[in-house]
Amino acid sequence: MKRNMSFFNMTTLTLGLAFLYLPMLLLMIYSFNESRLVTVWAGFSTKWYGELFRNQQFLDAAWVTLRVAVVSSTIATVLGTMAAWVLVRERRFLGRTLFSGMIYAPLVMPEVITGLSLLLLFIAIGLDRGILTIILAHTTFAMCYVSVVVSSRLVTFDRSLEEAALDLGCSPMQAFGFVTLPIIAPAVVSGWLLAFTLSLDDLVIASFTSGPSSTTLPIKIFSSMRLGVSPEINALSTILISIVAVGVVVAALVSKRQIARRETEEREGQK
Amino acid sequence: MRMNPRRLFLIAVPYGWLLALFMVPFLIVLKISLSDTAIAIPPYMPTLDLSAGWAGIREFFSGLDFENFTWLTEDDLYWKSYVSSLWIAAVSTFFTLLIGYPVAYAMSRAKPEWRPTLMMLIILPFWSSALIRVYAWIGILSSEGYLNQILLWLGVVDEPLSILNTPLAVYIGIVYTYLPFMILPIYAALEKMDESLLEAAEDLGCTRIAAFWRVTFPLSRPGIVAGCFLVFIPSLGEFVIPSILGGSHTLMIGKVLWEEFFSNRDWPVASAVAVVLLLILVIPIVLFQRNEEKNA
Repeated sequence: MKRNMSFFNMTTLTLGLAFLYLPMLLLMIYSFNESRLVTVWAGFSTKWYGELFRNQQFLDAAWVTLRVAVVSSTIATVLGTMAAWVLVRERRFLGRTLFSGMIYAPLVMPEVITGLSLLLLFIAIGLDRGILTIILAHTTFAMCYVSVVVSSRLVTFDRSLEEAALDLGCSPMQAFGFVTLPIIAPAVVSGWLLAFTLSLDDLVIASFTSGPSSTTLPIKIFSSMRLGVSPEINALSTILISIVAVGVVVAALVSKRQIARRETEEREGQK
Repeated sequence: MRMNPRRLFLIAVPYGWLLALFMVPFLIVLKISLSDTAIAIPPYMPTLDLSAGWAGIREFFSGLDFENFTWLTEDDLYWKSYVSSLWIAAVSTFFTLLIGYPVAYAMSRAKPEWRPTLMMLIILPFWSSALIRVYAWIGILSSEGYLNQILLWLGVVDEPLSILNTPLAVYIGIVYTYLPFMILPIYAALEKMDESLLEAAEDLGCTRIAAFWRVTFPLSRPGIVAGCFLVFIPSLGEFVIPSILGGSHTLMIGKVLWEEFFSNRDWPVASAVAVVLLLILVIPIVLFQRNEEKNA
């Protein structure tokens, strides 16, 4: 019996998606509003985008955020992949329970506590707050997300492929580089993307660990938000949402294509 | 098995990083929560002075006490904000379930070729900044916002409703932000379901609604439980949503901690607030883990 989508299900889906997307859509539409009054439409204009690009504070903050995100997500991907390897492959070593606990705890830890505790550490060891401290903080929580993503791929990985490479004379490093890494690469890439967006979006942890000279974009946005809605923030939000949307759609299309290609290869292999 | 250098390196690097930047900071929070407030830099007493040897360590421990925690029980601001955080998180979780379940259900009944696209549409908002998504609601809920404009135009209300800066706005913000976390696990549970079970129920005389309550709903329970925890746990310590959408009288513990630290500069009390928040979180986290293991 083939069920068609009922009227009820269709309505629910439409309403659900409208609830998720309408607020963002309104925000984006009103970023092209002529008037400074954000909620009254006064004609189309791109002047707030111009204002935004002339605002040095926003540009500086964007530059800080981008540097922090690139560096921290890259270190987090390396550390997180190592941690995932340890979680999946190293069944027995001293303090394994503590290790896996420290991987999962930051995922559920409220950001205010992570931020507070890292700040107290930086002060205790006398490290001046700045870009470096934000990078350290972001790397720490992002590596846990990366290791969860990568370890879920490593679990399903067929170890005999690696053993074959070792038997054929590869060193363990070569076996990892030539066999394991290419297979888990999609998970590593999505781990990096996740770490990158987490760093880009983070307000709370960055607020605790940043210094006066290293304001990130979310901190800047948050402090302007407290003064109410402003068209510049709408314009900035529109740019950020668009970048993320394009990124996610492209990533989805690429992975869909990869899956399709793998399926055809497998089908041809069976012939 | 003997530890070869390569294994040792692989384990030691992430282990060391997490010990230094997760475990040690947490121990510092614990220590400061037991210290006394001081007007100094850093603003707490005592500090551990290892150069003083054993006497220094003993003096350090004798300087610790539970004064800050007693203070938390005496000032009802903290009690009220813990209780109100629990309440706000619970109510929002309930409404997220109420909205999320039908959406997840509809997704699982959609044509298979649509499902990946629908999944992506649900996940997409999660990738964009929560700060911006919460901010988008200011324009909708404020007294001259879009919602009030529509209601006034329709003649439903005579004067604008004040929703922004009330607990209602916080509920809406949490439901909106965490909806994907509710939809995805429920969808995952519903998608696995064998549809012939429903046909069997209907053949045996169940109405469609009865079949839903007796077959579909119980089978989706693991997804519901997982979704509820995934919404409840992070919303308990939420800071961004109450500080942007809530008013000054909407108490949530994340916000109290922030203010204690940044406005009052009372580090020991802020640390004590953090320790108690973690203790409260341990219960749902352990329950969640049990649930996951049971269904794994």
